[in-house]
Amino acid sequence: MSDLRELYQEIILDHNRKPRNFGELPGCNRTAKGHNPLCGDMVKIYLIIENGVVREVKFDGKGCAISVASASIMTGLITGKLETEVRELFESFHSFVTNSDDGELGDGLEELTALGGVRDYPMRVKCATLAWHSVISALDGGNDTVATE
Amino acid sequence: MKDNSIRENPLERTEKNPVLDMDSVRKDFPIFARDVRGERLVFLDSAASAQKPSQVIRSISECYESQYANVHRGVYWLSEKATEAFDSSRERIGAFLNAPSSAEIVFVRGATEGINLVASSYGGTFLQPGDEVVISHMEHHSNIVPWQILRDRKGVLLKVAPIRDDGSIDIEAFGNILSSKTKLVSITHVANALGTVVPVKEICDMAHSVGARVLIDGCQAVPHSEVDVQKLGCDFYVFSGHKLYGPSGIGVLYAKAELLDQMSPYQGGGDMIESVTFEKTLYADPPQKFEAGTPNISGAIGLGAAVNYVCSIGLDKIAAHESDVLSYATECLSGRNDIRIIGTAANKASVLSFVIEGVHPHDVGTILDQEGIAVRTGHHCAQPVMDRFGVSSTTRASLGMYNGRDDIDALIGGLERVKEIFN
Repeated sequence: MSDLRELYQEIILDHNRKPRNFGELPGCNRTAKGHNPLCGDMVKIYLIIENGVVREVKFDGKGCAISVASASIMTGLITGKLETEVRELFESFHSFVTNSDDGELGDGLEELTALGGVRDYPMRVKCATLAWHSVISALDGGNDTVATE
Repeated sequence: MKDNSIRENPLERTEKNPVLDMDSVRKDFPIFARDVRGERLVFLDSAASAQKPSQVIRSISECYESQYANVHRGVYWLSEKATEAFDSSRERIGAFLNAPSSAEIVFVRGATEGINLVASSYGGTFLQPGDEVVISHMEHHSNIVPWQILRDRKGVLLKVAPIRDDGSIDIEAFGNILSSKTKLVSITHVANALGTVVPVKEICDMAHSVGARVLIDGCQAVPHSEVDVQKLGCDFYVFSGHKLYGPSGIGVLYAKAELLDQMSPYQGGGDMIESVTFEKTLYADPPQKFEAGTPNISGAIGLGAAVNYVCSIGLDKIAAHESDVLSYATECLSGRNDIRIIGTAANKASVLSFVIEGVHPHDVGTILDQEGIAVRTGHHCAQPVMDRFGVSSTTRASLGMYNGRDDIDALIGGLERVKEIFN
């Protein structure tokens, strides 16, 4: 039970219940879809990028608590960030959830750290990274559907 | 080549005791001696793949330890023994399905390959552009995609028979789809995502009345009920070994001899030929014609052992036992207003698919796993079924002969945990 509370922390359940920045984004200039073929879950990311900066980001789709919370947390974190900063953040987050040696993500990233519970559930890492993969794909300019690795 | 007059009784019933002795059955499956995450293993995913009894495990290790060599090739003692074991497995499986001849039993990798073989070899030989293939809305992807590939290759048309809101086949609508253009009906016997038992005998009669052939995907049927291909009258029947308590990588295609005789080979290679020159190759008679290359020898032997095991327990007893557990599970879940059961047909076997309001099946699966409970979550390789019911995925509890009411109680307990965490 304690392990499960580690995975399903209140912060995650809250983002799942009330996802932030959920819905379509009129006027977006980048989009990408993420698809988890394992479960059929789908997330769509909408971005407004101006001068290399994420001005606004929203997402919609269907997914488990982990993937919805992860997408919701991500939208909050990357708003106002430079594209390069988003990519760096993705790299550190990816390494954080796939590498048990990585302890903390640093200041301001407490919500993201809450997703660290998936490290004990390798099958769920894809849920936590789906929205991130989609954002990177959108930044890369593709309007393609990306599948989890 | 085969002596088809030697036929054991396909379903040697263990009489007297009509009730399945679950404790004794569980002891036959070594996996239940272990725990999972410190909890008793509650395995509710047999529709994906069933656990293996020691009788099957032993038959495979004995094959490698004492009688292994390639089959149908060597003149030496070991090869003879291996060939004997391999061929007698085929005969055993033929008897299990009550096939008129074991030459109508083709070993394949699984039901998926069986369906692909029929699509490629039967479709390739017999179907013309404009001919229609009919499937149902509740098929596994393996009974959809091969026909789409054939459609793109040959220009045949693919028609989908609708299902009702309870997950049963709409037999009237099915009848309306059939016409003289229908050349093949390919349909599941028991739907993997819903548990619906399809009235395949009726389907066969209706299809045959318009001159169409029928393929039945029996993956989810053979572990739970007696199947007699002659009584059904089907032209093709496929199933996978690993869902019948046998090894993975082996499955069976039953096909009427007259069809196998006329169908083109599926793959070319060794063991499927009579003679080869650079100018012309003469193919071997079925089933060898469809079994190019060294077969899955230990797999076939293991599947024979699985069939023996299932028959020694008795499919009537297994069916009665699972039906009791399924009714109990359905009753337990029906009482909860936060749960919607997907697939509520009157005639179901072994599968209980459901969604919990506000909780994604993946989260349900992870929480249940923590309690040692294995269920399948996702679309069950049946996305059109999910679409039909307006869900992207479900949680599916499916039964094997080793499941009891105690497993359902554990599941219900696990669902309480889900509620605790998500409320």
